[in-house]
Amino acid sequence: MDVFAAFVRKEFLHIFRDKRTMLILLVMPVVMIVIFGFALSNEINNINLAVVSSQRNETVRQLVERFDANHYFTIVGEYATAEPVEHLLRAGKADMAIVFGTDFDRQPSVQLIVDASNPNIASNEVFYTSSVIRKAMAETRPATQEEAVVTTHLRMLYNPQMRSSYNFVPGIMGLIFILISALMTSISIVREKEQGTMEVLLASPVRPIYIILSKMVPYLVISCFNLLTILLLAYLLLDVPVTGGIAGLCILSLVYIILSLALGLFISTVVNTQAVAMLGSVMTLMLPVMLLSGMIFPIESMPKVLQYISDVIPAKWYIMAARKMMIEGQTLAQVYVEASILTGMTVVLMALSLKNFKNRLG
Amino acid sequence: MDAIVTDRLTLSYGSVNALKEVTFAVHRGELYGIIGADGAGKTTLFRILATLVLPDSGQAWVDGYDVKAQYREIRRRIGYMPGRFSLYQDLSVKENLSFYASVFGTTIKENYELIAPIYSHLEPFARRKAGNLSGGMKQKLALCCALIHKPSVLFLDEPTTGVDPVSRQEFWDMLGDLRSRGITILVSTPYMDEANRCDRIALMREGEFMQVDTPQHIIASYRDELWAAESDNMFRLLGDIRHFEGVKRCYTFGVEHHFTADATVVERLRTYLAARGYKELTIRRVAATIEDCYMQLEDKYHG
Amino acid sequence: MDSVIKVEELTKRFGNFTAVDHISFSVQRGEIFGFLGANGAGKTTAMRMLCGLSRPTSGRGMVAGYDIETQYEDIKNNIGYMSQRFSLYEDLKVWENIRLFGGIYGVDEKEIKHRTDELLAELHFEKERNAYVKSLPLGWKQKLAFSVAIFHRPSIVFLDEPTGGVDPATRRQFWEMIYAAAEQGITIFVTTHYMDEAEYCNRVSIMVDGRIDALDTPRRLKSEFGATTMDEVFRALARHAGRKE
Repeated sequence: MDVFAAFVRKEFLHIFRDKRTMLILLVMPVVMIVIFGFALSNEINNINLAVVSSQRNETVRQLVERFDANHYFTIVGEYATAEPVEHLLRAGKADMAIVFGTDFDRQPSVQLIVDASNPNIASNEVFYTSSVIRKAMAETRPATQEEAVVTTHLRMLYNPQMRSSYNFVPGIMGLIFILISALMTSISIVREKEQGTMEVLLASPVRPIYIILSKMVPYLVISCFNLLTILLLAYLLLDVPVTGGIAGLCILSLVYIILSLALGLFISTVVNTQAVAMLGSVMTLMLPVMLLSGMIFPIESMPKVLQYISDVIPAKWYIMAARKMMIEGQTLAQVYVEASILTGMTVVLMALSLKNFKNRLG
Repeated sequence: MDAIVTDRLTLSYGSVNALKEVTFAVHRGELYGIIGADGAGKTTLFRILATLVLPDSGQAWVDGYDVKAQYREIRRRIGYMPGRFSLYQDLSVKENLSFYASVFGTTIKENYELIAPIYSHLEPFARRKAGNLSGGMKQKLALCCALIHKPSVLFLDEPTTGVDPVSRQEFWDMLGDLRSRGITILVSTPYMDEANRCDRIALMREGEFMQVDTPQHIIASYRDELWAAESDNMFRLLGDIRHFEGVKRCYTFGVEHHFTADATVVERLRTYLAARGYKELTIRRVAATIEDCYMQLEDKYHG
Repeated sequence: MDSVIKVEELTKRFGNFTAVDHISFSVQRGEIFGFLGANGAGKTTAMRMLCGLSRPTSGRGMVAGYDIETQYEDIKNNIGYMSQRFSLYEDLKVWENIRLFGGIYGVDEKEIKHRTDELLAELHFEKERNAYVKSLPLGWKQKLAFSVAIFHRPSIVFLDEPTGGVDPATRRQFWEMIYAAAEQGITIFVTTHYMDEAEYCNRVSIMVDGRIDALDTPRRLKSEFGATTMDEVFRALARHAGRKE
């Protein structure tokens, strides 16, 4: 056990001595959360709304009051004609205008004019606004005049404001753990091969399993630290409701972290230079995680072939499960499919890399 | 049994024959040198003996154990210093040493007595990162790391490459000291002049041992009469000697040219060169060095 | 005799540290000059200044007729460089390497073709024209690298540890090429800490702690220090070095 302790100590020294790596390991997750959570969000926050209505009857007034009360909307002005709207939108004073039909009581129709310079946000805004209108109409009007609400009836469950940070948080977690665990582990093993120290270790009585496990421990510790940071940030800063239970989410994440470590080990058994390990990890891990795991693009809208490929990407299963647990409030028991797939992958990868790790030079 | 025994070791990488049926034995307590240039197969041989690479065919025993079947026993008993100084650049001198000590399940204190003469050079820099040491210091630290578990056989692959002459000499003094403590040492080097520091040497080229003997015997076995020539125009002199009838071979040798010829030929050569107008011409009989022997063997083996 | 390199009181300081400390020497046309010193003695810094890559803190220097302080661009065009670590692109063919380096030094296209044929014939490399450099044996690579370094007919070629680790016969072939180039009037400037390379030089200088402590022919240095090899001369000088680590 002394040998193992000496190895782990050495690994921590390597990490602590390398300031840039430390910075990446500890600051990158925070930066990513902040960037994805705020700067890159497609979410709706504070729609500046201009109201256009030629006649002020009771229904219109109630509706406008509703918007006024909703803290996602700020009414920037009420106008009798649609004429100033274009100017308001162009000047950025309003994001959206709602134009009520002339005979709204009898024939309730509204027109929404939106600044679509960011189409994603615009469509989200339209979506949300219509849902607000529909809901209001359903409540204020008797059920006899159904046809007004029947046209489209979508409900955004769990994330009614379509806050994108909700979606990004599990995605970022999927990415960060792969990066830290797989990339850093593989690089640190391959570096020993490159520098020739692996040659001496192999020629010593130390069992390869010690070398391998000692590489995993520090990154496991750092990943756990990052998990806590991310969860705290997500909860306090982005108001992500972790309704499915913190403990379950941590267990799921732990499985995924170990899976990533095993992946890093596996990479290190097949490559011999740091540059290849780096490139390989980015090409086989980062890009697929970002593009095929559903982190950015929904899997359902991918071509069939890519959907099949995405099935073997561990991050897909983790992100799916984490999303369910963080947003839909499912418990670990309810995401058992994803959890077992992840566990299975871990076992297979671990076995493969242990089998692949040679007792001699390759 | 001898400390190292091999029987027709053979290994090829693709079409390159790195080792061709190498058979030799190193006695216990011997300082044995393998002399050869880059690509001679020295590193391959070391890796097989250090149980890192399996040979295609042939057998080898280190300290009585088979390199294939009993590699665990061997790994406990050997110290190995690969061609690149295998140190952790970002760890300090002390950290490197104590890490390698724990790898072998020992401590610096336990075996301090063995490394003390070497480590005393390093102690003032104990907290310095290995990456910031000079070549000579790295070499000494790597040697300490390879010695920390009191190995019975020490493998040193080109330990003096890239190291300045002062450190090289100190290093060979240390090896002499270790040898006197009964450690068997197998060391490789591309420097012919280091051969004289070994008990026995093997001259290696293209995966083969050309000759194995004590440096003295190898030099004594040089049959031809060897001469050294010098003049004011060395470049012209080289061509003139080389093309003179009766001269077997002529090559540059530092400030002089070495050539082999019978004494009678040399007398005629002297007259000829004097007539060619060379100034400060000297021709004298010299004793062969290991380098001369190496080149003669090379000619014999490879035409 | 005209001197191709002439430096006076050349000095380079980095902060408080004087890497090169008032060195003066000159090298004649066609001379093979060995520039020796232990690691950290200031060899590399001095050579960088001579190649026009680094400006001296004080002192003067002329290389190939150009001032190292002001005309460093001209110097770069009139020198060649070869080291054991980097010389040729391994993944390019032999002729591609020649054309590349010829082009870099502004040799025109027609001249490159003509000289390439000449060079390959001289080396007996005609068959290897289309071979990748990585497929050549080490000794061949070195010969080719040297030929490429003097392809643009520089007045000086700088060689950085050119033959370390090479077998004795190949090393001699290489030195014969160097002798031949020197015979044609190309000045050879060799930096090394392999003393067996030093023995081949016409004159050698030995740097210790940023200064040139000895400068003479190998033979005279050896007799001055009562030594039989350059190795011993070097050790005698380096022993007094203050800049140990």
